[in-house]
Amino acid sequence: MGIYLPIAEISVNVFVLLAMGAAVGFLSGMFGVGGGFLITPLLIFYNIPPAIAVATGANQVIASSVSGVLSHMKRGTLDFKLGGVLLAGGIVGSTGGIYVFAFLRRLGQLDLFISLLYVVLLGTVGGLMLVESVNALRATRSGAAPVLKKSGQHNWIHRLPLKMRFRASKLFVSVIPVLGLGAGIGFLSSIMGVGGGFIMVPALIYLLKVPTNVVIGTSLFQIIFTSAYTTLVHATTNQTVDVVLAFLLMAGGVAGAQYGAKAGQRLRGEQLRALLALLVLAVAIRLAIDLFVTPPNLYSLSALDLN
Amino acid sequence: MRAPNAFATAIFLSLLAAAAPAKAQTPLTEGIQIGLSTDNVAITAGFSGADLTIFGSLENPDPLVARQGRYDVIVVLEGPPKPVVVRRKDRVLGVWVNLDSETFENVPMSYSVATTRPLQDITEPNSYKQLSLGASNLYMQPADAGDSPATIEEFTAALRERKSATGLYSENVGGVQFLSQNLFRATVRLAPNVPVGTHKARAFLFKSGLFIKESSAQLEIRKSGFEQSIFRVAHNYSFLYGIFAISLAMLTGWLGRVIFRKD
Repeated sequence: MGIYLPIAEISVNVFVLLAMGAAVGFLSGMFGVGGGFLITPLLIFYNIPPAIAVATGANQVIASSVSGVLSHMKRGTLDFKLGGVLLAGGIVGSTGGIYVFAFLRRLGQLDLFISLLYVVLLGTVGGLMLVESVNALRATRSGAAPVLKKSGQHNWIHRLPLKMRFRASKLFVSVIPVLGLGAGIGFLSSIMGVGGGFIMVPALIYLLKVPTNVVIGTSLFQIIFTSAYTTLVHATTNQTVDVVLAFLLMAGGVAGAQYGAKAGQRLRGEQLRALLALLVLAVAIRLAIDLFVTPPNLYSLSALDLN
Repeated sequence: MRAPNAFATAIFLSLLAAAAPAKAQTPLTEGIQIGLSTDNVAITAGFSGADLTIFGSLENPDPLVARQGRYDVIVVLEGPPKPVVVRRKDRVLGVWVNLDSETFENVPMSYSVATTRPLQDITEPNSYKQLSLGASNLYMQPADAGDSPATIEEFTAALRERKSATGLYSENVGGVQFLSQNLFRATVRLAPNVPVGTHKARAFLFKSGLFIKESSAQLEIRKSGFEQSIFRVAHNYSFLYGIFAISLAMLTGWLGRVIFRKD
C-alpha cells in the first residue's frame, strides 16, 4: 500500500515503513537505545532525502524514548538531576548543530559529513564495546566475577572542579564533563538525527562511572528533551520534519520496543553489549563501504536555496 | 508503481475546423489547439504516478497531408522552472566527495514528452534546438556563463541524465495518437515524484518535418486534502507544527507503552 509523504514529497510503501519501525523498535527495546542510529541510515537507503531522514529520525526517537522512560520510571532507575544537567548541555550543543547542519547543506557536503560522522562514531563505539564485552564474556567463562565499577577507582574526570552530588546515581562529580557530554550528544543529535544513546550509555558507564542500571533510564530521559528540541528547531528552520513518515515509524517502533525489552531480559548484560556492538559495527561498515566504493551516480542534483 | 490512468483529464475540444467554410479558395494555415477540462490535478495520499491524457485538435488540416500521415504532433508537459545545482563526486583520499558543481537557472523540474513518432523521424535536430524542444535539446541556462563550455556541457548532460533516471524527464514515443483527421490524444507520464506547482502543457505541430504552430495551456498540480494541509502548516506555522510533531511522538510513545507493555 503506497502513501504519499507530504514533506519528503515521494510515495512510499506503508508496510515497509511499519516493518522498519518495528524491527528498529525491537532492537532499541532490547538494547535500551533510541534506535535513531539505525532509522536514519535505513531511511537514507530507502531514498528518503538525508535532510528529511535526519529531522524525522529525531522526531521518531522521542516516541521510543518516552516508551522506554515510562518503564524505567516505574522501576525507579532514573536520575532526574543527572538527566537535567545533561539536558542543559544538550540544548546548547543541539543549537550549534542546527547551524552547522544548515551550513553544510548549503555547501553540498551534508550527506558526506553525516556519513563520515556515522562511520567514525559507530565504528569507534562499536569497536570499544565489542572488545569490552568479549573480555567480560571470557572472564565469566573462566569463572571470575564480572567487575564493572571498582569503587575508589578515579580518573582525571573526577579531579575537575565544580562538583555536584547526584544521589540516585551515587555520584559526586564535576558538572563540566556532564555538561560537555550533554552538549556533544546534542550536537550529534541535530546533525545525525540520533538521540545519542549509543554514545551516552557507554560514556556514562565508562567515563562517569554511573551505575549501569540507572544509565539507560537517565540517558533515555534526556534524549526525549534533546530530540524534542532538535525536532522543533528542524521544523522551524529547515521544514524537514515529516510527521506522516515519523508516525509510521513510531507506530511500528513502540510496538517492537516492548517486545524487544522482554527479549532483552533473557540475555545477560555482556551478551547484550556484544550483540549491540556487532550491530553498531555492521551499520558503520555498511556506511563506510558506500564512502569508498565508486557510486553508481557521480552526479547529484539539489534545489538551490535562494537565501 | 505506476497506476495507469489514475486520473485521466478529459477534455474540451475545439472543432472549429469542421465549421470552416468549404468555399474558401486559398488553403487556410493549419493550427493546433489543446484544451484541458480541468486546470488542476490533485495529488492524494495514494499517488504513485499516473498518466495524464490531453486531447487536442488540428485546425484546417490538409486532408491529403493528413491521409499520408505527414502531420506530427509533440505534446510536452513542463514542470515549474527552478534553479538547480548539479554536483560531481570525485575521489579525495579514497573517499567520494562532492567537489565541482554547476548551477543552472530555470530548469523545468519535470518534462514529459509524448510524440506521434520517434523524435528523430519528425524533424531535424536543429529545429529541436531552436524550439528548445525535447529533454535532450532543452536549453539549460548556466548561472555562471564564465565556466568553460566543456564543463557546462558535461554538467548539462548529467542534469538531463539524472532527471531521466528519476523519471522526471520522460519520453513517450507513440504517446500521441490521431483519433480522426483532426482529433488527437496525447498521454504524458506523471512521475510519482512529480513536482507540485504550475505546469505548462504545450503542443507542437509539424507538417512534413516543418514546424507549423504551437499552442499551450496551464495546469496546476497540487497536493490535496490531508497532504496539502500538512505541507501548508509545516511551512506557514512551522513552530506549531514542530510542537505537534513532538506531542504526537510523546503520545505515541505513551500509548505504545500502555497497549504493548510486556513487564
